[in-house]
Amino acid sequence: MSEDVHLSQICMDFGSFRAVNNVEVTIKSGEFFSFLGPSGCGKTTILRLISGFMDPTGGAVKIGGKDMKGIRPNARPTALIFQNLALFPLMPVWENITFGLEVRGVAKEVRRAKAEELLQLVDLHDSADKKISQLSGGQKQRVAIARALAVEPKVMLLDEPLSALDLKLRQHMRAELRAIQKRTGVTFIYITHDQGEALAMSDRVGVMSQGVLQQVATPQEIYNNPVNEFVASFVGENNVIGGKVKSVTGGIASFETAKGTFSAKLGPNVAVGDVSKLFVRPEFCSLGSSTDAKENSIPVEVTEIAFEGNFVNVFVRDGSGDTHMVQVQNDPATPPPALHTTCHMAFNPSSCMILSEAVNGRSGH
Amino acid sequence: MQELIRRYGIGLSVVMAAMTAFWLFALVVIPNLVLFKFSFRVYLPVDQLGGPNDVYTLKNYLTFFTSPIHINVFFTTILYSSLVTGICLMITYPLAYVLAKVLKPTDTATFFLILLIPLWVSEILRSFAWFIILSNQGPLNALLMGIGLIDKPIRWISGYQSVIIGLVYAYILFMLFPIYNAISALDTNQIEASEDLGASMWRTHWRVVIPHSKPGIASGCVMVFMLCAGSVIVPSTLASTSSRWFTEIIQQWMFEGLDWNVGSAYAFLLLALCIVFVSLVMRLLNVRLVDIAK
Ligand SMILES: Nc1ncnc2c1ncn2[C@@H]1O[C@H](COP(=O)(O)OP(=O)(O)OP(=O)(O)O)[C@@H](O)[C@H]1O
Ligand SMILES: [Mg+2]
Repeated sequence: MSEDVHLSQICMDFGSFRAVNNVEVTIKSGEFFSFLGPSGCGKTTILRLISGFMDPTGGAVKIGGKDMKGIRPNARPTALIFQNLALFPLMPVWENITFGLEVRGVAKEVRRAKAEELLQLVDLHDSADKKISQLSGGQKQRVAIARALAVEPKVMLLDEPLSALDLKLRQHMRAELRAIQKRTGVTFIYITHDQGEALAMSDRVGVMSQGVLQQVATPQEIYNNPVNEFVASFVGENNVIGGKVKSVTGGIASFETAKGTFSAKLGPNVAVGDVSKLFVRPEFCSLGSSTDAKENSIPVEVTEIAFEGNFVNVFVRDGSGDTHMVQVQNDPATPPPALHTTCHMAFNPSSCMILSEAVNGRSGH
Repeated sequence: MQELIRRYGIGLSVVMAAMTAFWLFALVVIPNLVLFKFSFRVYLPVDQLGGPNDVYTLKNYLTFFTSPIHINVFFTTILYSSLVTGICLMITYPLAYVLAKVLKPTDTATFFLILLIPLWVSEILRSFAWFIILSNQGPLNALLMGIGLIDKPIRWISGYQSVIIGLVYAYILFMLFPIYNAISALDTNQIEASEDLGASMWRTHWRVVIPHSKPGIASGCVMVFMLCAGSVIVPSTLASTSSRWFTEIIQQWMFEGLDWNVGSAYAFLLLALCIVFVSLVMRLLNVRLVDIAK
């Protein structure tokens, strides 16, 4: 039987404040799904709704087709890994890991064996009898994962579990988590405000803002075809140009701005005559000589060059004083234009989009 | 100490240290040492002081061990002090949990204020209030009969009943605060993690909340037990004809018998045996003194 997690039009109100607004998504069994969004957008609230610490004020949480309303966390097939891990400091590592089995009345020898097995799985040998306080941050992380896996959950819920770790360890644990998920086949619902993390680990990402799920799609789709301004600017960098949609032919719109008229893909919820914004990623822009002016190009002057190693960020200023960023590969054979030279910034119509504002979940409630 | 000097300067630090030392020595250590010395001396008429009979002796302590009634009262005191401690714990633990983890902080503050206001009234008045409440024609019986729970008044002031009720009331806050503090310090996520892993509410308390709050529980129990065993006002105000508290016997020796020597010996016996009892219980529950002091 499939153990899909279906959030059916869920809303969560705290008094008059709507923390989660009409979220509708189905997370497939065995999927690695991330909720990505800024602080306070309602990510943790969604996780607590799924794990059962509260019931939604509207809509329903369904796991495997079954409405979970009124079912406490201890009776749901989910296991939550807390933002601060919440390991039990008074129990040794192995008792922590098998706490879920202990409360189910599993005999001590069986539990001990299970603990050893799970410690192997998370790559932590010889730590069964250690105290929690004797572990490093990354080791605690693994114990928390093992403790959640011990109860053989259908769905694993992870609330920014890597945010407290340093960069190196975080990258290592990303790969580790992903590997554990593949090995066990458990559905992972992962929460993060780190776009890199979400894009790198997930099968699908749900981008949230102000309690509203703005877009659910694969990482590529989220990055290349964001549905609105919020998604575009929260995930990745953009150059933004304001203007008005003049006409549309075959999905490509003619966009009139103070810097000239551009061709760009028309995003959802934008129509002819709308005042809107055009978004283009820095790596989709190129810099050419002033003479070969073509479609979608703006005359600019190079104001700053930031060398980042494998690529170079070139900052340019256009005639109206706005700064844009162009990202080019680091290649000694074709160096970027020198500082203060004038040139043209150009971009392909198929790699830029005209997008509408985000859906706001909290006003008008 | 260096921290103290750095923060308040040398002058103020010396004053503070001196005040603490004065409190400790002049008001606690020295009077107790004097009484301790008293307990080994003989009670003599003034003209025999310094005479051949004025010697050090264990006779005062032996008085206790050769008097079955006193031994009986002593163990009754220990027994009922333990009972009061147990009752306080039973009432307080759930209350402390609700205050620390269930109620909103603003409600908790209101609740504590309501609990603390009665403390502005002196212990004697509060005990006497209970005497009135519990009396045969008192409000409690009137209430119980009014709502039809009983059909004739209960004699509350008989045996040790009224003393126990009075002591529970008098010292319950000394149990509430340490347990409340201990539970407040527990990360709520731990309770939720336990539930999320499948534990029932009882199991969560048994494995997570109680082990965490054990120092607070122990601290509250020691405090309530010691206060009960050493209480004078409550057991004498709410005494029935058949209740006797060990402190009353000490008081009789000192103020009715005017024999401070036997009185001191009894007081030290009470102290010593209470310490032994408390240490035993702590050993049994596997808590250390340092945990309690935290
Ligand atoms: N129990 C509660 N009572 C009232 N408001 C709450 C409660 N829990 C959360 N909120 C509000 O709901 C909003 C969303 O909170 P939530 O914890 O889900 O954010 P988040 O996306 O997890 O943020 P972060 O990344 O900072 O953890 C916040 O504005 C928060 O103040
Ligand atoms: Mg959160």
